[in-house]
This record gives sequence, C-alpha cells and structure tokens, in this order.
Amino acid sequence: MASRPDSFQSSPAPGPQSSSALRLSLPVMFGYIPLGIAFGVLFSDLGYHWLWATAMGLFIYAGAAQFLAVGLIANHAGLFEVFVAILLLNARHLVYGLSLISTLDLKGWRRWYLIFALTDETYSLLSITRSGSQNTLQLRIAALNQGYWVFGCTLGAWLGSRLDLPTQGAEFALPALFTVLAIEQYRAVRRPLLFLAALAVAGLALMISADNMLMIAILLAVSLLLMARGREAS
Amino acid sequence: MADGYLIAFIALATLATFLTRALPFLLLSKQADHPLLAFLGRYLPPVLMVLLVVYALRTPLVEGDGLVQSLVALTVVTALHLLARNALISILGGTFCYMLLVQSLMPLGG
Repeated sequence: MASRPDSFQSSPAPGPQSSSALRLSLPVMFGYIPLGIAFGVLFSDLGYHWLWATAMGLFIYAGAAQFLAVGLIANHAGLFEVFVAILLLNARHLVYGLSLISTLDLKGWRRWYLIFALTDETYSLLSITRSGSQNTLQLRIAALNQGYWVFGCTLGAWLGSRLDLPTQGAEFALPALFTVLAIEQYRAVRRPLLFLAALAVAGLALMISADNMLMIAILLAVSLLLMARGREAS
Repeated sequence: MADGYLIAFIALATLATFLTRALPFLLLSKQADHPLLAFLGRYLPPVLMVLLVVYALRTPLVEGDGLVQSLVALTVVTALHLLARNALISILGGTFCYMLLVQSLMPLGG
C-alpha cells in the first residue's frame, strides 16, 4: 500500500502541492473509506482471506464493479458474463475520458496510472484542475483517492473476518447502490421511456431465466438501443 | 491458497474496468468523438443501472421471500436520495433499514 496517506506526508519533498492535494481529496476520503469498509465487510462473508479485498481495491479499483463482483462471486458466475457485465457497468467512463483528453498531459506510466485510476470521484476532482504545472497535483489526487479506497476495503474485510458482525441483510448494499446510481442517471438523462423500457427488458429477462437474467437483459437492451439509434439516424 | 476462479475473476474485472477507462485515450486521434461511442456512453449507463437494480433483487423477486422488506428498504433509499442527495447516506440508510427488518422486525421465512 505505497499510496496510503501517511506515506505521502512523509515523502522527501512534500511541498505545498501535497497539502492541497490532501485538502482537495478530503471529501473523497469521507466517501471512500466508509464505502470501502462496506465492501470489505460484504466481501468477508464470501469466506476468502481479507487480503483478496485489498487486491480488488488495488487492481479493479471501481466501487460499483466491486460491489457487483461480490454478488457474481457468490453465484460463481461465468467469467464471460463477469467480463461483459463489468465492461458495460463502467461504460460511463467512455465519456469521462473524452472530456479529459485535453487536460491530461502526463507521459509514460504516470499517464497510464491516471487513466487506470479514473473513478467517478477522481474524475470530478481532475476536471477542476488545469493542464500544465498541475501534473503532479493530478497524480497525487489520484493516488490519495485510491489509497483511501484500498484502506477502506482492507479494513472492512479484516474487521469482517475478525469480528462476528451481524451482517445478515448487508447484501442489500448492492441494490441500494444501483438504485442511487439509477436516480443519478435519471437526473442526467431525463428520458422516462428509456427507464421504463429498461425495466420491461429486465422483467422479461427475469421471466426467461432468473439465473442468466443479467446476460439476457444486457443483450436485449444493447440490441434495442442500437435499433433505436439506427431508426433515429435514418 | 490458490483459488483459480477468484484470480481469473479479479484479472478479468481489472481488464474490463481498465478498458473502459483507457478506450477513449487509445482511440484518441481517430475515433475519440465517434458518435456511436458517445451514444453508448450516454444511454447505456442509465439502462444498465435499471437492469442491475432488478438483477440485485432477483432472488426476492422470483422467490417472494424478502420482497416486502426489499421494497420498504428501496423506498427508504429513494426517499433519502431525493431528500439529501448523498450517495453514502442513501446506501447505508437503506442497507441498515433492510438489516433491521430481516434481523428483527420481519425475519425472512425458511
């Protein structure tokens, strides 16, 4: 965990930038640590060693995808389904990258780390920094944010494995998270018909096969979207 | 402990997440503003969130057990989010409500 906050403060040349990165990232800290703990506690119910939760925070590093992962692992979902579901779950990132291209002028591994670490919250902080002399600031913000997340995931999974927490029902965090994200999406894309159609597709897929509903629903929804776009374009 | 499934799972989830974040940068010069990419980036997320809400609730929806508790907690999440618009408060509030229901007020049936 090289990117934990304390290792940052003790780096050889902190300078004024590290404090401003810390200050800018504080709101993210208050969000990421509790949410990371919630993920970790949920993950610990699967029975794996808590270090796997650390690994997921380090490598996958995506809140919604990691919560979904707990459900998929519990079901022992097929790996192809896992890949497609997480790819599409993160499709909103396609738009983030587009709008950041002009302000990201880091090169080499720093650039790739920043792209890797482009979560919703990091994106919102990076979009208020400017290109030019702020390169290390962007990098510090991204690393601090991931540090908070990894710390939360680890702490939650460790606590969950040590203490006998009354976690029955904690899995509701998953539908709760997606409901919040759906409301946020509705605020951005006010198309009631789109949401109703999605609900109908989900219901239909559930009736066809409860076990494979996610894959069926995704295929149906993407086909319908592409058809709707074709009609709009012609 | 060598759990091949979990390792493959984490590797694929990492790749899928990184791909969505890197794709616009990889296509930088040529297709970065391709209308199809912009279209999917805009309309796929709302659709997928609705699908995921239903997916996450498929067990109570199919079996009926826990359906009332889920709907109550879902209402709490929605109300909290419309009132306070703080994702963390909405998620934790709804989850604690559901836990309270199934652990003491309305235990799940066998």
